[in-house]
Amino acid sequence: MRLERGSSPVADARFSIGSSAIDAVLGGGLVRGALHEVFAEGMAHEPAAAAFAIVLALRASGAKPIVWVRQDFVGLEMGEIYAPGLAELGLSPDRLIMVRARDGPSVLRAGEEAARCPPLGAVLIEPWGNPKTLDLVATRRLALAAARSNLPVLMVRAGGTPTPSAAASRWSVRSAPSCQLSGRQMEADAPGHPCFIADLLRDRAGAAGRGWTVEWNRDRLAFTDIHSTGISGNSAALPGDLVPIAAGGQDHPADANRSGKHRRAG
Amino acid sequence: MRLVALSRQAKRAGLATGISLADARARIPDLWVEEMDHIADAALLDAVADDCDRVTPIVMADAPDGLTLDITGCDHLFGGEAQLRLGLSRRLRRAGLHTRTVIAGAPDTARALARFGQVAIVPPGAEAAAVRTLPIAALGLAEKDRVAISRAGLKTIGALADRPSQLFASRFGEEMTHRLRRLQGHAPAPLTPRRPIPMLWLERRFAEPIGRSEHVEAALSELAQEACARLGERREGGRLFEACFFRADGAVRRILVETGRPMRDPAIVLRLFRERLDSLADPIDPGFGFDFIRLSLLATETLASLQSSLDGRAAEEDQVADLADRLSTRFGAGRVLRFAPENTHDPARAARAVPVSFNPMTSAVWPAPAQGEPPLRPTQIFDPPQPIHIRLVEVPDGPPRRFSWRKKEFDVRRAEGPERIAPEWWRASDAGSHTIGRDYYRIEDVEGRRFWLFRAGDYTTDASPVWYLHGVFA
Repeated sequence: MRLERGSSPVADARFSIGSSAIDAVLGGGLVRGALHEVFAEGMAHEPAAAAFAIVLALRASGAKPIVWVRQDFVGLEMGEIYAPGLAELGLSPDRLIMVRARDGPSVLRAGEEAARCPPLGAVLIEPWGNPKTLDLVATRRLALAAARSNLPVLMVRAGGTPTPSAAASRWSVRSAPSCQLSGRQMEADAPGHPCFIADLLRDRAGAAGRGWTVEWNRDRLAFTDIHSTGISGNSAALPGDLVPIAAGGQDHPADANRSGKHRRAG
Repeated sequence: MRLVALSRQAKRAGLATGISLADARARIPDLWVEEMDHIADAALLDAVADDCDRVTPIVMADAPDGLTLDITGCDHLFGGEAQLRLGLSRRLRRAGLHTRTVIAGAPDTARALARFGQVAIVPPGAEAAAVRTLPIAALGLAEKDRVAISRAGLKTIGALADRPSQLFASRFGEEMTHRLRRLQGHAPAPLTPRRPIPMLWLERRFAEPIGRSEHVEAALSELAQEACARLGERREGGRLFEACFFRADGAVRRILVETGRPMRDPAIVLRLFRERLDSLADPIDPGFGFDFIRLSLLATETLASLQSSLDGRAAEEDQVADLADRLSTRFGAGRVLRFAPENTHDPARAARAVPVSFNPMTSAVWPAPAQGEPPLRPTQIFDPPQPIHIRLVEVPDGPPRRFSWRKKEFDVRRAEGPERIAPEWWRASDAGSHTIGRDYYRIEDVEGRRFWLFRAGDYTTDASPVWYLHGVFA
């Protein structure tokens, strides 16, 4: 299948995020067939985290369908997905298949089922808080399914705290004050394009500990770099220590070997 | 209180329906009386009807105490009409039910004979003759019409049939002559089955009830293969599959599987059934085993030929459709959704979430965002909108400068508005609302969080109009 599409596995291995600053640090972008976690800095920033994940999915998926599995409680707490708003981020709602899951286990189950479907462009998984079933084994299953289908699986962990996981990268996202709009007829202090502060908390390739402020440009489907920092005091607000992935890898020798050279991540 | 139903012994003792309880007790002091329970009766009729489904999928309820089965083309499976009738009566008697069963060429004939007649099986074409001796009540007319006919000296259907029908039509209306013709089998009777009539159905009967899940699955797999082969002959694909499991003790369990596109691949159909059986909150209990399994196709569509696998794009679309089917089967069609645009300016109605398999046939398209504009609509929306407290606001029509939501204070840094959105007064749900419209504001607080607020009412007519938070932006 991959050969038929005429693209080599090497070119497929990473997808560009669309920000030259971030892509440069990541070495060309994020790994395509992998699990990526997007945390929100507090529940109030869940919309930013979800939008950041959508934007990543848009970058990765071309024109292919996207599946978004969302736990009911997230919608109750932070609002239901509003299709016209997605269109204004650049995602045509026609491409989206929404799965509403009742609880954490259903979210993971539906997410894994979707991650096994290679024709998709990306899979978004949004559980609430820290589901009991979301452990190292569950994330490893997701990562494995993602790798087999060569499909990015983006887990939005709003209201959750980082736990050991098999994710290839871990982000913490919050809204940033928007920039002044130029050349617009309406009020001068109107809110502008979506701005994010994205901190890369962990990266398997070792680029962690950096933060960027970026603005999403819907027309170009790319980011505009605003600002770049070493990781700021912002991340200190995140509760919970980060546990290196290798910590739980001993009982899976094959897995440990595969990721052995990236062990410094964490 | 009056008697409404009697056992055989009570009838033999001389009681009849309609007499008062005091009368009956006076005649038979140790009479056993139960209060009439219509709900339990309806439930019993339903259960018996479910069990009769094993004879034919076309079962009509004839409330409160009858069932009509369309056995056209089914009797040979049971060794003829007489055998079918005998088997069914025996089965019901074992369950403790006394029934009267009549087989006739027309449903109304059979129904009337079962209630009023003595015949068991009416030979083809003899319907008119068979009903001649029945009382007028067999027509099922209103009580006053029945009394009127009786007063005229006409006691039987035969007496009625011998007279010209125009006489009755002018006196009792067209309806009566229709009833008479249907009773005689001269006019077709409408069928109102309690369940949809399948386009195609396949059955497996087992000499011994099967209970092990692998046997059940094997039987289902064979049925699916046969069904798909039949669909292939008809150049059709199934959209709605139903598997009925009939337990030996009469309980029936139905499992429904829906696909987003016409389908005749037995492996996929079976996988969907497995998914569904797997996800049942109350798993199918085989009890003493199933002795009968039926696979019905409730909806089919034309499907010319199976797509060639060379066309990679079509194959990929099919894979996505299969995924949607599997998810819908496991989590319910109401939980696997896509969005359909609506032609409305009311933001709460602009997008409808519909099941993936559902085609809403809408002419609306998603509005294309203008080049260079920031998002004007939020990515997430609250239903209902969340009330907020305004601390500081520019009256009369400026944005709030500070507000609190969920016990948190927000200082506004940027704002745009108002954007007035009027209610859709032509809709019933909006007609009663007194608001002239909503003034929407896009708000950004000092931390960069973006909100969509609106004010219901305005400051010129209302000292303190209510503010709501309707959505959040990225």
